[in-house]
Amino acid sequence: MTADVLTPEVWGAIRLSLWVAFWSTLIGLPLALGVAHLLVRKRFWGRPILDALVHVPLVLPPVVTGYLLLVLFGRRGVFGDMLAWLDITLAFRPAGAVLAAGIMAFPLMVRALRIALEAVDTGLEEAARTLGAGRWAIWRTITLPMMVPGILAAAMLGFAKAMGEFGATITFVGNTPLETQTLPSAIYALLQVPGQEGAVVVLVVISIILSVGALAASELLASWWRRRNA
Amino acid sequence: MLEVSVAQHLGSLDLNVSFQSLGGVTVLFGASGAGKTSVLRAVSGLLPSPDMTLRVRGQDLSRLPPEQRRIGYVFQDARLFPHMSVAQNLDYGARFGRAGAAATRTHIIDLLNIGPLLGRAPRNLSGGEKQRVAIGRALLSDPNLLCMDEPLASLDAPRRAQILPYLERLRDETDIPILYVSHDATEVARLATTLVVIKDGRVVQSGAVEEVLSDPVALPDLGVRAAGAVLNARVTAHEGDLSELAFPGGLLRLPRVAVAVNESIRLRIAAQDVIIATEEPKGISALNVLKGQIEALHFGQGPGVAVRLRVGETPILARITKSSAQALGLETGMTAYAILKATAFDPAGVGT
Repeated sequence: MTADVLTPEVWGAIRLSLWVAFWSTLIGLPLALGVAHLLVRKRFWGRPILDALVHVPLVLPPVVTGYLLLVLFGRRGVFGDMLAWLDITLAFRPAGAVLAAGIMAFPLMVRALRIALEAVDTGLEEAARTLGAGRWAIWRTITLPMMVPGILAAAMLGFAKAMGEFGATITFVGNTPLETQTLPSAIYALLQVPGQEGAVVVLVVISIILSVGALAASELLASWWRRRNA
Repeated sequence: MLEVSVAQHLGSLDLNVSFQSLGGVTVLFGASGAGKTSVLRAVSGLLPSPDMTLRVRGQDLSRLPPEQRRIGYVFQDARLFPHMSVAQNLDYGARFGRAGAAATRTHIIDLLNIGPLLGRAPRNLSGGEKQRVAIGRALLSDPNLLCMDEPLASLDAPRRAQILPYLERLRDETDIPILYVSHDATEVARLATTLVVIKDGRVVQSGAVEEVLSDPVALPDLGVRAAGAVLNARVTAHEGDLSELAFPGGLLRLPRVAVAVNESIRLRIAAQDVIIATEEPKGISALNVLKGQIEALHFGQGPGVAVRLRVGETPILARITKSSAQALGLETGMTAYAILKATAFDPAGVGT
């Protein structure tokens, strides 16, 4: 039965979901780290606005976020227009799925990194400074290593969220098999067709395995790090 | 050698502190909240202080960011990097181009006896070991100046007694000037070369430790417990349970000290342990009767009077009651005797 279920379309959806989750986490994580740093360590006039902006995707209905992305990054959107000059199209393209999933995962990553950064003892950074380390050296040798468990948690959250993102993605990039159809979109599409319950169950199980796998991998890495420093 | 001036408002504290020192250990002494730590933080650059002056060996460091001042800082809570081994902590300063010579590294590790700890993680160290590693880490960054913020405050009395000799060796075997914050009289007496007394953000007394600690006028600022003479003496003999010490002005006998004959020793005679007599006492159990001249008398607000007696070259401070001072008719210039019980010497106050 599974042989019939694992069609090229289904494999395509799995590959795309993993690809989207990988890139949105990889690109989102450094940006989230920068934003977390601004929110935790800097005091500036626009801070409450930035704080609110980061959290917007968390409170908006995902379909609304997807619609706003269409408005901004669609062919006639402000940014879409600019990107068109560079011959980049995001709407209804796989790269657009990375943007949609990345934006939805962003607040979760910022939150986890913020907690991790708040837990770093600034006294240690002061000590490093008196020993001659400049700002970047302190980040590299003290702050980031102290944040590793938090960074892993943020990456795991971001990856899982991007894997499961549905509303904003389907609104912004559509649901074309072998092109923009992610795992959740494929499950949704199969549910619309009578007699595909078996295929749905297989995809659901695959989803669960990938998400739990990501969680287990991040836990393993975190405990390895803790043991290394024990 | 060392010149510091900090003027700044910090919340409710109006900090205005200036002092100079010839090197060695300069102790900033005062109650908590007096502004001692703020001075240290300004000196290291961790507390931005635009109007400060900091000159070490003629070099003006006040405009440099903390990472370029090369000021080793030993914090009260050690602040070792938990994700690095002891050795990595020690070599952290060297990663930024401030390493001393390899010979210095070995010397510092020996001086502080931290060789056996090198492979350990900071969280497996005792409080005293952590503090020794923190001192080593600061020293290995080849500092212009070493700032120490109550490095012994978080330790219990036995641990403190273990570390004090290391600090004395540091003072005697390196030529790095040390700025040391403390509110402990024993530490002051054992370590200080220069003493700066700070109260409510101002310097109320400063000068050579022997002079400030025995200054009758300084007694209220130092506190009754802290005031008292510091003697630099030499061990001349050990006899049974007692040791005989010579100081510029006379001899002292006290319970046997763990210092070899002919070695020098520093000891503190608390003002409250000294009795004053106007005639040489007879038939008395106290071992030490020192003849001197009353140099200064200070009547304070309370019931006490501070009396400074000059014995040879050495000042001795005594705190007695006003009524005793009046009954004895004490006056400046009079000959008087200072009586010290041998057992009154605080063994923790005896250093090298």
